[in-house]
Amino acid sequence: MATKVLMPQLGESVTEGTISKWLVNVGDTVKKYDPLAEVTTDKVNAEVPSTVSGRVTEIVVPEGETVAVGTLILYIEESGAAGGSASPAQADAPVSAPAATQASTAATAQAAAPAVQSAPPARQAAGNDGAKQRYSPAVVMLSQQHGIDLSRVVGTGAGGRITRKDVQAIIDAGGQKPAEQVAEAQAPAAAPAPTAAPAQTAPAATPAPSVDIPVATGDQVVPVTPIRRTIANRMVQSKHEAPHAWTMIEVDVTNLVNFRNQVKAEFAKKEGLNLTFLPFFIKAVVEALKEYPMINSTWANDKIIVKKEINISIAVATDDALFVPVIKDADQKSILGIAKAVDDLAARTRAGKLTMDDMTGGTFTVNNTGSFGSVLSQPIINSPQAAILSVESIVKRPVVINDMIAVRSMVNLCMSLDHRVLDGLICGRFLQSVKQKLESIGPDTKLY
Amino acid sequence: MAVISFIDAITMAMREEMRRDPNVFVLGEDVGVRGGVFRATNGLIEEFGEARVIDTPLAESAIVGVGIGAAAYGMRPIAEIQFADFIMPAVNQIVSEAAKMRYRSNNDWNCPITIRAPFGGGVHGALYHSQSVEAMFTNVPGLKVVAPSTPYDAKGLLKAAIRDDDPVLFFEHKRCYRLIKGEVPEHDYVLPIGKADVKREGTDITVISYGLTLHFCLQAAEKLAQEGISAHVLDLRTLYPLDKEAIIEAASKTGKVLIVHEDNKEGGVGGEVAAIIAEHCLFDLDAPIKRLCGPDVPAMPYSPPMEKFFMLNPEKVLEAMRELANF
Repeated sequence: MATKVLMPQLGESVTEGTISKWLVNVGDTVKKYDPLAEVTTDKVNAEVPSTVSGRVTEIVVPEGETVAVGTLILYIEESGAAGGSASPAQADAPVSAPAATQASTAATAQAAAPAVQSAPPARQAAGNDGAKQRYSPAVVMLSQQHGIDLSRVVGTGAGGRITRKDVQAIIDAGGQKPAEQVAEAQAPAAAPAPTAAPAQTAPAATPAPSVDIPVATGDQVVPVTPIRRTIANRMVQSKHEAPHAWTMIEVDVTNLVNFRNQVKAEFAKKEGLNLTFLPFFIKAVVEALKEYPMINSTWANDKIIVKKEINISIAVATDDALFVPVIKDADQKSILGIAKAVDDLAARTRAGKLTMDDMTGGTFTVNNTGSFGSVLSQPIINSPQAAILSVESIVKRPVVINDMIAVRSMVNLCMSLDHRVLDGLICGRFLQSVKQKLESIGPDTKLY
Repeated sequence: MAVISFIDAITMAMREEMRRDPNVFVLGEDVGVRGGVFRATNGLIEEFGEARVIDTPLAESAIVGVGIGAAAYGMRPIAEIQFADFIMPAVNQIVSEAAKMRYRSNNDWNCPITIRAPFGGGVHGALYHSQSVEAMFTNVPGLKVVAPSTPYDAKGLLKAAIRDDDPVLFFEHKRCYRLIKGEVPEHDYVLPIGKADVKREGTDITVISYGLTLHFCLQAAEKLAQEGISAHVLDLRTLYPLDKEAIIEAASKTGKVLIVHEDNKEGGVGGEVAAIIAEHCLFDLDAPIKRLCGPDVPAMPYSPPMEKFFMLNPEKVLEAMRELANF
């Protein structure tokens, strides 16, 4: 009897995942912990490790299909358990797949590369699929002109290659139907009518039907990666669901700048990392959130959930994607603790080594837009949080103090709020609190 | 309309042109009394006399050189090279004189000579009677290179060559002479030099060829049609300058192109055809452009098994076409 492998839980709020790529074929031998498939959720890309050593006997869920957590995705015949020798109790009990050991938040290819090296069967699988995914110029051209999703076309050429005639036949037949499951007609869950649950109507990684926008000569067509698709979907979802209101305050951070200049050299020597401005801003935000817990909440249609934990999401950009890893329990951390957390998360984001845990549980987002020189921004709320604050560039400006003009280091703090949850008044008070905390930073401020 | 052989179409074209224009005359080795070793000039000396059907010494440089001089004088010579293999002594006359005369005299002079040369193998002719030498002449501006594959085309194109005001090198595949028969109108007609011809319409693959191998392609296409593979067959007819429009159109039609010729693969006409397709048809291509050609060895062997190995045949072509169709 074969062991069942189920779609693992890839994060606390994740209810479903898309099999973006099978790394094994039927008949392949796998070792325990070998990667079986790449799975895309609305949070991350991850690999599903094998729960047992054995031989793959059946792949149940085809590539590209989105299934709920706990769904049977594959059977593995355990080594040494040939035929009926395994005890029925053992065999029938579904083995719950552990959470992915390591989620790769960077490009899928990064995750795939080590997998291929360590698992020869996976490499073979990739080779067999080569012809299917290698498109001739004619096929690419026709599919773009007519909005045909090649991942759903069955190729009749050598090795399953999609030929120009295959694409032409679809065009001649009136084009591709949006929900047509050409490639996997026998897939059990390929019912074209989506069920009522909104999440299922827009699965994160399901390729959206191509929009017929003409591509001019010389234009570059960049395929949408799963992570880019996730970013796009989440941005649209946030803007669509949460009515964004926006406000901004100016903060005089001259004292903060002076203080940091005083302590940064010693801090770097002592702690081995640079003291940036961001930890001070996060600290001030966290303190203010404690005073105004309503800001640290979530809209849930019939109720508003005020979160107890204060977990600060920080936006970290790579060249082609944006991630929001989370500083857990930021209210329990000193400025040093926050600085270390920021440094660690940023480094691991760029290395593509964030774990699922790093990505979940955020309750409020601080976005350091000043790091790329912005002085004003209108951030999109990191759904389902209620608000987001962006810290702009610190710039020296003439400021009137006591009817005198002084040169001061000024910064703009911009806040987008979910107007279902929050109103201008409370946000204004919250921002005043942040401002007051930042302006009172001085020699007495504790870093530790 | 009579069904006649390829060589009879050649003779018919020359006879008609000699009747039409007294400036047309024939010169070459054994073209007179003997009527040509392949009998292409059979009966001409009887009809037109030895002043217009001239047996020459065994000197190709002289055959073409005399022709060029006569052409400059206003005559329309048809110079026969007995086998294309023997054209080498006349290359200087063809390339450096005939092809350049109009250009270097700033249009004062032109050279309306037609040089006929039987080429190709498969007749147990061995090294010096089987060569395909066309590629040597297909990068010489000022020269036109024609290689028909059917009797109808042979007559129409040879008449066009004779009437052309500039030099035309006219290659006739010697295996086609008596093997290939077809309907040829007895009336006067000319076909345009520089125009390729679709010999068979198809949708799956495009096969481009000329000469004897064109017939192999047509035979293979006929068999493949029974397998449900539809081949589009283009006959180049003129090898220089190539009919780029027709090549592009044919290649774009299916996106899968096989070029077939008996001449060696490397540096052959097929390379230029492939280059034209690569330049113009990238976004129509559905497969790598394939070539099926003679092997890159110095010459056609005499031994029959070796000659068979060297020569293309319908089976070899069919296999290449099927492979491309399945790609």
